[in-house]
Amino acid sequence: MAQSNRLPSGGRIDRAKPLAFTFNGKSVDGFAGDTVASALLANGIRLVGRSFKYHRPRGILTHGSDEPNALLKVDRGPGRADPNNRATVIEAVGGLKLSSQNHWPSLEHDIGAVNDRLSPVLVAGFYYKTFMWPRSFWDKLYEPKIRAAAGLGVAPDVPDADRYVHRNAHCDVLVVGAGPAGLAAALAASENGRRVILADEQAEMGGSLLAERTATIDGVSAAQWVAHALTTLAGRANVTLLPRTTAFGYYNHNHVVLTERVTDHLERPDPKLPRERLWQVRPAEVVIATGAHERPLSFADNDRPGIMLAESVRTYINRYGVAPGRRIVFATNGASAYAAAADAKAAGLDVTIVDTRPESAIGPEKALAAGIEILAGHTVVGSTGGKGLTGLIVAPFTAGKGVGARRTLPCDCAGISGGWTPSVHLFSQSRGKLIFRADIDAFVPGISVQKERSAGACKGTYGLSAILAEGWAAGSGAAGADGSRLFAAAPATPTGFAPARVLPTDDDPKKVRAFLDFQNDVTAKDIRLAVREGFESVEHVKRYTTNGMASDQGKTSNMAALGLLSEILEKPIPQVGTTTFRPPYTPVTFGAIIGSARGQLFDPIRTAPLHEWAVEHGAKFENVSLWRRAWYFPKAGEDMHAAVARECKAVRESVGIFDASTLGKIEVKGPDAAEFLNRIYPNAWLKLEPGKCRYGLMLKEDGFIFDDGVVARLAPDLFHVTTTTGGAPRVLAHMEDYLQTEWPDLNVFATSTTEEWAVIALQGPKARDVLQPFVTGIDLAGEAFPHMAVRVGEICGVPTRLMRVSFTGEMGFEINVPADHARAVWEALYDYGQRFGITPYGTEAMHVLRAERGFIIVGQETDGTVTPEDLGLGGMVSKVKRDFVGKRSLARPDMALADRKQLVGLASLDGRTVLDEGAQIVADPAQAVPMTMLGHVTSSYLSPSLGHPIALALVAGGRTRMGETLHVTTPAGFTTVKVTAPVFVDPEGKRVNGVQTEGALHA
Amino acid sequence: MRRFSISSLLTEALNGHQGWERQWRNPTPKAAYDAIIIGGGGHGLGAAYYLAKEHGLTNIAVLEKGWIGGGNAGRNTTIIRSNYLYDESAALFEHAVKLWEGLSQELNYNVMFSQRGVLMLAHNVHDVQSFKRHVYSNRLNGIDNEWMTPEEAKDFCPPLNISPDIRYPVMGAALQRRGGTARHDAVVWGYARGADALGVDIIQNCEVIAITRGPDGAVTGVETSRGSIKTKKIGVSVAGHTSMVMGMAGVRMPLESFPLQALVSEPVKPCFPCVLMSNAVHAYISQSDKGELVIGAGTDQYVSYSQQGGLHITTHTLDAICELFPQFTRMKMLRSWGGIVDVTPDRSPIVGKTPVKGLYVNCGWGTGGFKATPGSAHVFAHTIARDEPHPINAPFTLDRFRTGRLIDEAAAAAVAH
Repeated sequence: MAQSNRLPSGGRIDRAKPLAFTFNGKSVDGFAGDTVASALLANGIRLVGRSFKYHRPRGILTHGSDEPNALLKVDRGPGRADPNNRATVIEAVGGLKLSSQNHWPSLEHDIGAVNDRLSPVLVAGFYYKTFMWPRSFWDKLYEPKIRAAAGLGVAPDVPDADRYVHRNAHCDVLVVGAGPAGLAAALAASENGRRVILADEQAEMGGSLLAERTATIDGVSAAQWVAHALTTLAGRANVTLLPRTTAFGYYNHNHVVLTERVTDHLERPDPKLPRERLWQVRPAEVVIATGAHERPLSFADNDRPGIMLAESVRTYINRYGVAPGRRIVFATNGASAYAAAADAKAAGLDVTIVDTRPESAIGPEKALAAGIEILAGHTVVGSTGGKGLTGLIVAPFTAGKGVGARRTLPCDCAGISGGWTPSVHLFSQSRGKLIFRADIDAFVPGISVQKERSAGACKGTYGLSAILAEGWAAGSGAAGADGSRLFAAAPATPTGFAPARVLPTDDDPKKVRAFLDFQNDVTAKDIRLAVREGFESVEHVKRYTTNGMASDQGKTSNMAALGLLSEILEKPIPQVGTTTFRPPYTPVTFGAIIGSARGQLFDPIRTAPLHEWAVEHGAKFENVSLWRRAWYFPKAGEDMHAAVARECKAVRESVGIFDASTLGKIEVKGPDAAEFLNRIYPNAWLKLEPGKCRYGLMLKEDGFIFDDGVVARLAPDLFHVTTTTGGAPRVLAHMEDYLQTEWPDLNVFATSTTEEWAVIALQGPKARDVLQPFVTGIDLAGEAFPHMAVRVGEICGVPTRLMRVSFTGEMGFEINVPADHARAVWEALYDYGQRFGITPYGTEAMHVLRAERGFIIVGQETDGTVTPEDLGLGGMVSKVKRDFVGKRSLARPDMALADRKQLVGLASLDGRTVLDEGAQIVADPAQAVPMTMLGHVTSSYLSPSLGHPIALALVAGGRTRMGETLHVTTPAGFTTVKVTAPVFVDPEGKRVNGVQTEGALHA
Repeated sequence: MRRFSISSLLTEALNGHQGWERQWRNPTPKAAYDAIIIGGGGHGLGAAYYLAKEHGLTNIAVLEKGWIGGGNAGRNTTIIRSNYLYDESAALFEHAVKLWEGLSQELNYNVMFSQRGVLMLAHNVHDVQSFKRHVYSNRLNGIDNEWMTPEEAKDFCPPLNISPDIRYPVMGAALQRRGGTARHDAVVWGYARGADALGVDIIQNCEVIAITRGPDGAVTGVETSRGSIKTKKIGVSVAGHTSMVMGMAGVRMPLESFPLQALVSEPVKPCFPCVLMSNAVHAYISQSDKGELVIGAGTDQYVSYSQQGGLHITTHTLDAICELFPQFTRMKMLRSWGGIVDVTPDRSPIVGKTPVKGLYVNCGWGTGGFKATPGSAHVFAHTIARDEPHPINAPFTLDRFRTGRLIDEAAAAAVAH
């Protein structure tokens, strides 16, 4: 497409580098340095989108990140398409595929535009008043229709082809915004070697100075001054320049988060580069220099394509060499638009100014408009045109006399200016308190809470000399120098405006649609309706009308609504209030926030030292907290059941080998170690002799079981504590909590040694035979090394803490060896064990074996509501200790009730049904719903040792129900069970001593 | 009260909507009321509505320190479900769901209750056991909840990634079809409008600064930023600030307050059909009728009254969302915010009487109070009016932390060991 609106010269685009992209399938030409918006305008394209609710034709309103209208889908190739991108900030790149959104069948002909005809009905909050009859229609008809009509673009439906990274940074001064204030601040802050980061959301630093035609600073042009400042900054090793980087969130403790767009502006990016980089910066001081946003004017049909902000007109002309129109009417209530008009005139365009202020109120800016027709004291009452502006309807207006005769000013572009709003977003996010300045009709930063300072337009300072001086002082102050510098900028910046809410009109106000929030289609009428209905708080108005809740978050609409609200309520703005600014400043991709935390990096996978061996031997794995544990070791043709049955059988009949390394291990050391454990656990520890182990249940303050494990006393002042696999971190935290806050007098250190020690469990009647040849320094004979003993010695020539413990019911050893030696020891045992048929087993067999023996698993038999007594382990709770964690809670009346749920076994009466874990238990399956439930199944397996199903359950008053018949839910109804003791194999516990119990095991 | 209907809407459309009246008045506080509710959220306004509607108490006021619905009522992710494990909780939340089902008609205000289904994902063996326990328990309690295979879950929620290659593959899911979402602001405004029409004074910008008590210890009134108001009954319904308000009456509460964050994406066309929750990886997501993905995060680890949490919590949540929905990494976060949730030791609410005569409390809803709004308000009103709890909230006493009869839904949702 021809660049019909490209000016013959000027602008910061590189005319030597042409490029082309497509918009709705049509080719658009541009130059390097263009944004998509400037290129579209250069090609004479004004209609770029449809609004959210009424599907009104919309064009480009702004030239920056405040754009509410021009939202496009960008397609950069497979896996690289996304919706809702502002044309004003997308850098033009050759090959981009862009399309407009929210219309059907096409942008030009949109059926949805019927909503515009229905606008008298579709007012603010209309949906709260209807769609209620008949009731069933909401889910089936109304809501699906509303949902389909809402939304803007279409979400991606394929995984992202790009990646994202995070970076943390510290600096002395972070300067946000590289306009005149920010550049001056960065220059000042970096003078004396302070580490400075300067970030700006745009591709090119310089801010508003990049759109200056005549301004000079200290005798050089604004552009030269910017170039010199950037050269100076780039030459300082202590300065980091981050263009294309938006500071979007200001969190507690001066934590400022930035997102840098790394590749979106490159036609063929290096595949090694991430798409975006999230910077988490912790600066000592922050200088906020984020400028101000221009306000639109509110009048009937102020939303036609071709109507844009006056400063945007100026920017497209001066910075991009584009004429947004050939006949431009500037409608304004203030001074700044005169500079825009002058620049448009200088570019050879046909220009008229309509000023709502009377002639007498127009200040020195008038001089800028030499040769331009000025209609002072005029209001705008409407516009003409369908999918593009053809004229602005204006009329004289005098306070008290009303609106005079109308005339239409033909134009293809209108530059509107309703004054300026300082961008206080980051300051507000830092929880600083805003104050209202009536003289500039705006909120500005007041009392700071964090270490930041604002400078320039974001503080309500609009004159260029003053902005530069303020920026310098802020930068210098932030660097601890408190220096000052004067800048000579010329000509004087035209500033000041007369606040206008909705422009006066003689039309029926009930019919006028003056848009405030362009994207969400909120009009002044909607605000009035909200107030009429009692929504007077600014937050209520926002929520009821959706004003300011679009993807621009109200950058062009919040002040308009607030001003109007103040007018309707006849209260000054500060009494009406302002809405809270929340992160992010502009929308941030989820990708940037998550960085590389995808797939395997989503959560680190912990693997034990023997993991590779298990992989090599064909193990299937399961996730247990962060760990990946061997679940079972299937042989060729085996399913899980067959493998588990074989593994269990081997343990019961000969010997199994198991990697228990994931169990948490905590070294508790110090003169008060025994006293500490005595308080942490409910059972007694003071008299446990070195060389012995004891099983401990750990309670929380509420008296409920929280973790369990075996503790070995290695020396009077040294305990080796084990925890559950998932519980290790919280047990250590629990211990530290008590050591640091409750018992700081105890001389004890608790150190995690989980990674230090690998643990090889040898379990089964032949366990000792396998172990014997490799151990030195420990007598393994039964009487010398009984069950629940611990010894320190060597195995395969490396140190070991050897425990005689069993979680299977069989004779068992847990061999703690330094992690680096685990594989050598394991392989030695495994090789030698072949003669006994040694069998590696996984967590599933471990679960079955322990259930057969009636051992609990915390988190399975317990759920945070279970006491030791409930499990039949009341004997483990000391009656004589003065105190321990949970003691007081165990004394609560409810803890002693007879109908508490107690651990029992369940036997399926049919001898076949393996109950569902989690199944509920009732006494009478014929009762009416809601039923009285007695408890639930906690563990359930087909026992390979017994050849029939076994289950553990928590049942109300369970221990008094032995032999009772109860009913358990299944997916297909109830099945019948008998209540048994919760031990199925070797109830007398003889097998741990190597005694082969006859009859207890299935042949 | 001018009724809302398609005909009144069309009539007003012809009239430029000039005829709509205030949805609630802006009254000056009276010197005395029969009862006062502190806290103009959904729970407080709902309680006032039911007090007036079902118990004939119309000389009552709701005192709100800011603007109604400005606390957690307007900050939550609007998930509604009743598939709780314990009988007591199931009864309470199911009571609420039943009221939700007729609430738009009851209030003549479209609260957009959308029963699009709540899908809860299981990612490990422990989740599977726990969810099946819930499903079985719910069914015996007459509450719909069904177990689904990963493939069935994907059929119900097509965007879901059920690949076995992800860090925590989906092993199954529990679905409550009657669960869903509602428009949170509409609930607040609907109750306010309904209560106001029955004569309730809704007094905004009225902060309670003291609770006054007589010689017998019973409450006699409140001191507020808008003057003294006498009353013999006070219902406290202030969520995150319960400890502070109850402290004014000398009652110490077993509560901790934490920031809880949420965020929305930019609006997009419908791409997410249901509500999806994954407790194991901390991801809660649905799509609003406006098109925004609404995403809930976990609480911060530290107690605070600051309605701003750390970015790392949001990050963790989005990590989980993008792990389950890798197609969403190019979506953009539009807005994030925090609220303050009050959490009890057993993660179940406290709704009932207090040691102070005439003082009632409704609190401790933690991260899940929105779903209970109508049910909670209904039984709280009963408790205040009759000076005794409704059978449904009778177990949710303050006293249970002394007796040990806890209703531990946190334990029920415990993570794997």
